[in-house]
Amino acid sequence: MMLALPILVPLATAIALHLLPQNSRLLRIVAFAGAVMILTIAVSILVTVERHGIQVLQVGSWRAPFGITLVADLFSALMIVMVGIIAVAVTGASFAGVDPRRETFGYHTLIHVLLMGVSGAFLTGDIFNLYVWFEVMLIASFVLMSLHRTRAQLHAAFTYVGLNLLASAFFLTAIGLLYGQAGTLNLADLAQVWPARRTPGLDAALSMLFLTAFGIKSGLFPLFFWLPASYHTPPAAIGALFAGLLTKVGVYSIIRVFTLLFPDPAAGVYTALLVMSSMTMIAGLIGALSQYDLRRVLSFNLVGHIGYTTVGVALWTRAALGGSILYLLHHMLAISALFLVSGLFLRQRRTTDMRALGGLYQSQPVVAGLALVPLFSLAGVPPLSGFIAKLAVIAPMIGVGQYLVAAIALVVSLLTLLSMARVWDACFWRPAPAAPAGPQPRLGPAILAPIAFLVLLSIGLAALAGPVSRMTMNAAQQLLNRDGYVRAVLGDEVARAAR
Amino acid sequence: MELLLAVVAGVLYATGVYLMLRRRLAQLIIGLALLSNGSNILILSAAGVTRGRPPLIVDPSLPVPDFADPVPQSLILTAIVIGFGVLAFALVLARRVYESAGSDDIDMIGPDAA
Repeated sequence: MMLALPILVPLATAIALHLLPQNSRLLRIVAFAGAVMILTIAVSILVTVERHGIQVLQVGSWRAPFGITLVADLFSALMIVMVGIIAVAVTGASFAGVDPRRETFGYHTLIHVLLMGVSGAFLTGDIFNLYVWFEVMLIASFVLMSLHRTRAQLHAAFTYVGLNLLASAFFLTAIGLLYGQAGTLNLADLAQVWPARRTPGLDAALSMLFLTAFGIKSGLFPLFFWLPASYHTPPAAIGALFAGLLTKVGVYSIIRVFTLLFPDPAAGVYTALLVMSSMTMIAGLIGALSQYDLRRVLSFNLVGHIGYTTVGVALWTRAALGGSILYLLHHMLAISALFLVSGLFLRQRRTTDMRALGGLYQSQPVVAGLALVPLFSLAGVPPLSGFIAKLAVIAPMIGVGQYLVAAIALVVSLLTLLSMARVWDACFWRPAPAAPAGPQPRLGPAILAPIAFLVLLSIGLAALAGPVSRMTMNAAQQLLNRDGYVRAVLGDEVARAAR
Repeated sequence: MELLLAVVAGVLYATGVYLMLRRRLAQLIIGLALLSNGSNILILSAAGVTRGRPPLIVDPSLPVPDFADPVPQSLILTAIVIGFGVLAFALVLARRVYESAGSDDIDMIGPDAA
């Protein structure tokens, strides 16, 4: 029952938000309370999974391959905790004020529908159900993205909608072909049945279809161009939500589906994934260095660092996969915090064009100090969480002899440092090029608290690096040892009978 | 029958992709609709078509004869519902874009276009 709660709580909150009187103070409090509940439940799921192993819920008591299964292994549980954290930060950010027009059009409701979709995608143990959760999440994000109707935002929303619908069509095609050959949709059952039934040609076609579909969603090279073209237009809190969670669902799906269905690390698709991950890092950071708008710089950084999170699957070792999961945790915290930081500039200067910004360090040194942590954490400056996560990703590359990829990852982290130093210089350090027009509202605690929350967690991740990386290593171990997953879902006797 | 369905799915995919490569919003959306219908047909034909059999196994102790597999049809049903909702949204969005930009040419609606 506990496993259904991360889906049921946002659903109930969304319904309540829709029915309640549309008083913005009340709505904000309810939305925030819902988010805090998700986080609490998520942490208790993580503790349970850590203590008692993989948790399974057969929805409606339908036995495993026939009904829908919800599964939480360590990886899923960690991701659910991140959903809770980002939810608290984003709903907390609404206390600083939401565009009233947006608020009357169901801003809070949509955020919770989106959270429900993301939680569902992280927990489901059924591949068609994964497709359905993708769609739930996408339709909520479509509406959130197009709530405001400036020309730039509508154009960005259309790009986003078109490309994501194309990815869904690819995903559905892959599911259809997979079902035709395997006759089941339950991921654990597939993991057991598929390796025996697959034929090399179909296997290659299917894995490439999945890679394309998830690659578009997660923003891998050469499929990422929709992302920087659309993520810079919605308001900062929505940007933080999208950057922190949506692309990560694509990464999660790559890790989950490939470890379960294509357990042959010699397959061509893993070479493709390795090349795509490396190219994603390079292309993302070159893009980031060529941009002047802070939110575009962040979007390109988001793309570039996705490469670090997918490379672990391509290398297929426990250390590499664990490193990628750790990187995923760090990246979600840092990039969401930075998108919220871009909201500070929107609030104060009404622009995020770096050529017009500057001087925040002189006027509000505490705020600048707060923003410094995620900036340099993303760049991987020790002792922040980015350094530890990068180390956990790059060290295994050298361990398996992928020197070229390791070199690329190192050069790209240098480029990230350059990009972040440029942001720091342009937005905070140097004096503003022209005296800003109009009054400059002071940045109060309401707008700073969510950033501080994410920054504290990011520092906490660095301080507790030992226990956390042990946990991500265990998560990687569970992912690579498919038997445990299969046995947890299907039960001992079924798993044994098949062998 | 499978061959016919496979050809139909292939034609739908091909026309869908062709239309998505065009420059007008309306064509892009029609292309998406054809593409999602193509994948629905594909699910049906990939899972195999059974003629004139109920999707029921009356006596589980007897060896199972050819029975129609209901799962692909329920998948298609779900996919149709989702596709319908999403396409309706995409149409409304395209209309908004057309209203704000005064054109439905993809090259003319961007913020960079003159």
